[in-house]
Amino acid sequence: MPEATDKKLGPWGRFLATPADNPVKTVIVAVALCLFCSMIVSAAAVALRPVQAENKVLDKRRNILEVAGLYQPGVNINKTFNEKIEARLVDIETGKFSDAADPATYDQRSAAKDPAQSIKPAEDIAGIGRQAKLASVYLIRDDAGAIDKIILPVHGYGLWSTMYGFVALKADGNEVAGFQFYEQGETPGLGAEVDNPRWKALWPGKKIYGDDGSVKISVAKGAPTAATADYHIDSLAGATLTSRGVDNLIHFWMGDQGFKRFLDNLKEGTV
Amino acid sequence: MAEHKNSMLIDPLVDNNPITLQVLGICSALAVTSSLKVAFVMALSVTLVTAFSNLFISMIRNHIPNNIRIIAQMVIIASLVILVDQILKAYAFEISKTLSVFVGLIITNCIVMGRAEAYAMKNPPVASFLDGIGNGLGYSFILLLVGIVRELFGSGSLFGITILKTVNNGGWYVPNGLLLLPPSAFFIIGMIIWIFRTWKPEQVEARDFSIIKQEGGH
Repeated sequence: MPEATDKKLGPWGRFLATPADNPVKTVIVAVALCLFCSMIVSAAAVALRPVQAENKVLDKRRNILEVAGLYQPGVNINKTFNEKIEARLVDIETGKFSDAADPATYDQRSAAKDPAQSIKPAEDIAGIGRQAKLASVYLIRDDAGAIDKIILPVHGYGLWSTMYGFVALKADGNEVAGFQFYEQGETPGLGAEVDNPRWKALWPGKKIYGDDGSVKISVAKGAPTAATADYHIDSLAGATLTSRGVDNLIHFWMGDQGFKRFLDNLKEGTV
Repeated sequence: MAEHKNSMLIDPLVDNNPITLQVLGICSALAVTSSLKVAFVMALSVTLVTAFSNLFISMIRNHIPNNIRIIAQMVIIASLVILVDQILKAYAFEISKTLSVFVGLIITNCIVMGRAEAYAMKNPPVASFLDGIGNGLGYSFILLLVGIVRELFGSGSLFGITILKTVNNGGWYVPNGLLLLPPSAFFIIGMIIWIFRTWKPEQVEARDFSIIKQEGGH
């Protein structure tokens, strides 16, 4: 009986008729299932990657425009960005412009993971682990060609997450024109209030450096005295650790391990 | 049959709700309900994943070897979740940023695997698909209920639209910060279970132990 039915069923039919617990069938089913699923997953990943990459770039550019005060809803992000913003790379150590890579394609985040392109900061107050040697900066020039605003990328650890953002500085490299994060995973309603427009509005007009050149800006609790009013950002209620994270990251990136040398060079015209 | 299919979709809403009766999927209900928009996308994703994983698992149920059935189910579920994640990243970038890791964690959502193991392994594809939709809707229902309470009283808004103007934004409402933290969802889900079981006492489980009356003492 088995031989007669076997012939009629053919190899595929015989395979289907095999009990599922047969060891050979177990292996075949497992391999086939995995192959099939991995094909679907990789096809989706490859097919959707261009759209996803575009989203990421667009999101970053929108944030750069926002922090520079150039963004209104409905504006063509790519067009405005290409017209107004000049992307450059800065060597953190020397504080000078670098042409070692193409600013349009340079990815500071993946560079920070590559040991050849990054260093371990000596005093890692922002909790970033590794720091890329080159940083992307964005410049806005006025009609005469002089620098009008400087947009610097900053990041550091908050309570749960690494927060990524931008600081926009006026031409003097001291007065804040805007500050915001474009990626953070802090507690909604508490730490995530770093995205609250009312809190972000505290930043413009504040000064980063004191007269002695040290980083004087701070995110702290309570009312400031007359001497510190220009350097004081009220911290977020109910988000002590996130506020501390913001304070640390601003000190890190504006300090000697961050963009201070670049800003000094910019001022002296030796960039 | 039609009636049966209808009840498959409606039963899991209250009578056989995966969260309140089966007490599955609590973990993600805590994590993604602090804002309604996120809860909604999460609910939709879980419903789709449960329905399609049920469908595909049911289609090959007779050929899944019994001793590796959990792994086989996981492979299918994980592939579907990655698919959802990739699509969200491509077409709903803002929301995928807020959901971040939680989409990936649908893989570990007990409802998806619970329905695969309890239903799809023994029933034909169409019925399994409906069962997946039904349980997904049951999950969504609770998720949205919790989301409404948490967002309205935690941040004074619904779907990001301000309902109660908070003090931070110059209004009068002092938001309850606890509601924005995950543990608050425990209280809300607990209260929902309490309400459901008061309304439908047959959902109350029999006690595992009863207190023995002591004789002679007081």
